[in-house]
Amino acid sequence: MKKELMSGNEAIARGVYEAGVRFAAAYPGTPSTEIMEEFAKYDGVYAEWAPNEKVAVEVAIGAALGGAKALAVMKHVGVNVAADPIFTVSYTGIAGALVIISADDPSMHSSQNEQDNRNYAKFAKIPMLEPADPQEAKDYVRLAFKISEQFDTPVFLRTTTRVSHSKSVVTLSEPQISEDKTTLAYNAGKYVMVPINARTRRVEVEKRQQALKEFVETFPENKMEINDPEVGIITAGMPYNYTKDVFPNFSYLKLGMVYPLPEKLIRDFASQVKKIYVVEELDPYLEEQIKAMGIKVIGKEIFPYTNEFDPGIIKNAINSNLESAVSPYKENLAQRPPNLCPGCPHRGLFYALKKSKAYVHGDIGCYTLSYLKPLEGLHSCICMGASIGMAHGMSKALGEKGKGKVVGVIGDSTFLHSGITPLMNMAYNNSDALIIILDNSTTAMTGMQEHPGTGYTLMGKEAKKVNLKVLVSALGIENIKVIDPNNIKETQSAIKEELANSGPSVIIAQRPCALFKRANVKSQPPLKVDSDKCEGCKSCLGLNCPPISWKKGVTKEGSKRKGISFIDATLCNGCGLCAQVCKFDAIS
Amino acid sequence: MIDSKVKSILFAGVGGQGILRASDIMCMAMMEAGFDVKKSEVHGMAQRGGCVTSHVRYGSKVYSPLAESGSIETLVSFEKMEALRYLKFLSKDASIILNTEEIYPPAVNRGDSEYPNDVIDFLKNHYPKVIALNAAKLAHEAGNIRAANVVLLGAVSNLMNIEKSVWESVIKKSFPQKLLKLNLDAFQMGITA
Repeated sequence: MKKELMSGNEAIARGVYEAGVRFAAAYPGTPSTEIMEEFAKYDGVYAEWAPNEKVAVEVAIGAALGGAKALAVMKHVGVNVAADPIFTVSYTGIAGALVIISADDPSMHSSQNEQDNRNYAKFAKIPMLEPADPQEAKDYVRLAFKISEQFDTPVFLRTTTRVSHSKSVVTLSEPQISEDKTTLAYNAGKYVMVPINARTRRVEVEKRQQALKEFVETFPENKMEINDPEVGIITAGMPYNYTKDVFPNFSYLKLGMVYPLPEKLIRDFASQVKKIYVVEELDPYLEEQIKAMGIKVIGKEIFPYTNEFDPGIIKNAINSNLESAVSPYKENLAQRPPNLCPGCPHRGLFYALKKSKAYVHGDIGCYTLSYLKPLEGLHSCICMGASIGMAHGMSKALGEKGKGKVVGVIGDSTFLHSGITPLMNMAYNNSDALIIILDNSTTAMTGMQEHPGTGYTLMGKEAKKVNLKVLVSALGIENIKVIDPNNIKETQSAIKEELANSGPSVIIAQRPCALFKRANVKSQPPLKVDSDKCEGCKSCLGLNCPPISWKKGVTKEGSKRKGISFIDATLCNGCGLCAQVCKFDAIS
Repeated sequence: MIDSKVKSILFAGVGGQGILRASDIMCMAMMEAGFDVKKSEVHGMAQRGGCVTSHVRYGSKVYSPLAESGSIETLVSFEKMEALRYLKFLSKDASIILNTEEIYPPAVNRGDSEYPNDVIDFLKNHYPKVIALNAAKLAHEAGNIRAANVVLLGAVSNLMNIEKSVWESVIKKSFPQKLLKLNLDAFQMGITA
């Protein structure tokens, strides 16, 4: 069969297609986003961006209850949002098939926490597979759909950033012919989770657990390799590869299914090796369950709880006498934090907002980057949609002390994800906070995905477009302003006015993302600093715009300046913010 | 499959420099030459002007897409100072391909931090083989500054035992027809630089 270089996410999409699945729903989130983008490219599939992960799972459950094989995809924190339906679909089971992908992010490459979602499998009593590389990602997602059909259960597939975003050689298989098994089959006793039915299903869950525990003992992807009997490694997912890389001769029990665990197989392995290490990133999830079996293993007493591993971390943990590799370069290097792009519409907004000295509750999106110096635009950021509820809560708690000083900022995609209900609450409970919706017409942070406010679907079809102003008004908000955040004066005065208003206010700051191709944001000619006029005040540097830099030592007769600003014409997109900020009319 | 020990190449630079594309082409060349290959990369936040790295590992059988610290044989640094950030990963006798282009981090732009001025000398004092070239300038000569990543691939191809026809074949698969000549020229400029 054909071999291709594929990322874990591309391989999952391929595996889903090969499994004959034609239905998927998701909300984008790194490191999971490409799974849906790739799946949507296959012929004959239906794939949609839902406004959030809870909706995506419910859409997939509905499809599965109608007999379809359905997929729901999200990042690890998305499972928190979707947890409500997930815990109960575990009781009902599914008529077709249902696989939920959780893409975890050890090391928090682009996340607010590094929760270990293997715990969800145990918590919700849902079987979980964990691939170690793209080939396994493709194969395991096919197996996940089989297990789902066989045991009438949702199945989790857990990946991590390193599996999703590494690439390796994948052997493709012939796609299964997709049969249409959808039908309206009524079975209210199984699917209406009122207490009387839930109690019955609860018992069925335990029966299923028993059946799965037997199944997993002979599941071929739980693989035992007996080499050196002195040391045995029990592991799963990517840490298997890291360990195998540095200790190729140890014995291994590599678990392809991390819930439920194969107790007999683990005991068998333990009887064949002298000393056992459990190698796993994040929580001692396997370790605690294996220790509960009464098996002596070494785990988190030598391996870190935090961050992803690499081969060196494992080698140094096991051989504690090794010296770690060190860099010969000892000086401090300037960091390269991610920054708002040249021409980003958030820059002007945060520059203006800083002048108000308000306490700003932030949210999840590109604008979270405004937290860094020198914009320092946010004072809190917890999770998707949290800014609005938090701003309201703080404003209520502070009363008069907080008047005109509490703001929440949230992007358009995030607002539609989970900002509507808390905004409704602000109207209902008569809040005094100001909410600013940063409407850049796309889901920018994850790479320009569509959402209900963009007017297009994932499949590229034109769609109904949410009118944010009408929506906000319908929720009961009376003070609404729509502004262009690239006009700093207008933005400043709108913020000042709305902060002074009593009752809840919303400013919709509308300007498309500078990188958004469809919005056709035309770059203007690059700006230039007039070195005769520049007084070296550094005001423009306060924007933290990538093309603007400081040239030290360029002095001028009759001026106290110690240097001047310089604009790199190859990076500048001509948005003009710096010209608005300059007090000496030196930029044009 | 070729029988060989696993070797590692580290690509490093700044978001937007075409690092992931270059490491993809490298992997395809390794695959076509008969090696098993794995690579790691970082997406998301790193695209916004942050640091970008990609480990490429090849051999008869590769397990980990990440290399152990102190083990990488080849570093391709797409930006001058970025080379210094990853020396912990290199073996003491590593070869370094260095693009001399400088991209200032925000703290340097603001005048709060200095850009290191001794990068090439420092590297030459610590590693046996350092090849420094201005890939952006060469790419500009080839026809487009954005082909700097392919210039660097040409330069690193000199260190690898892979037929030129393999490289040309994967470059052909990687670019649309109208960009093909530009990229083949850029690759050749890297070889001769």
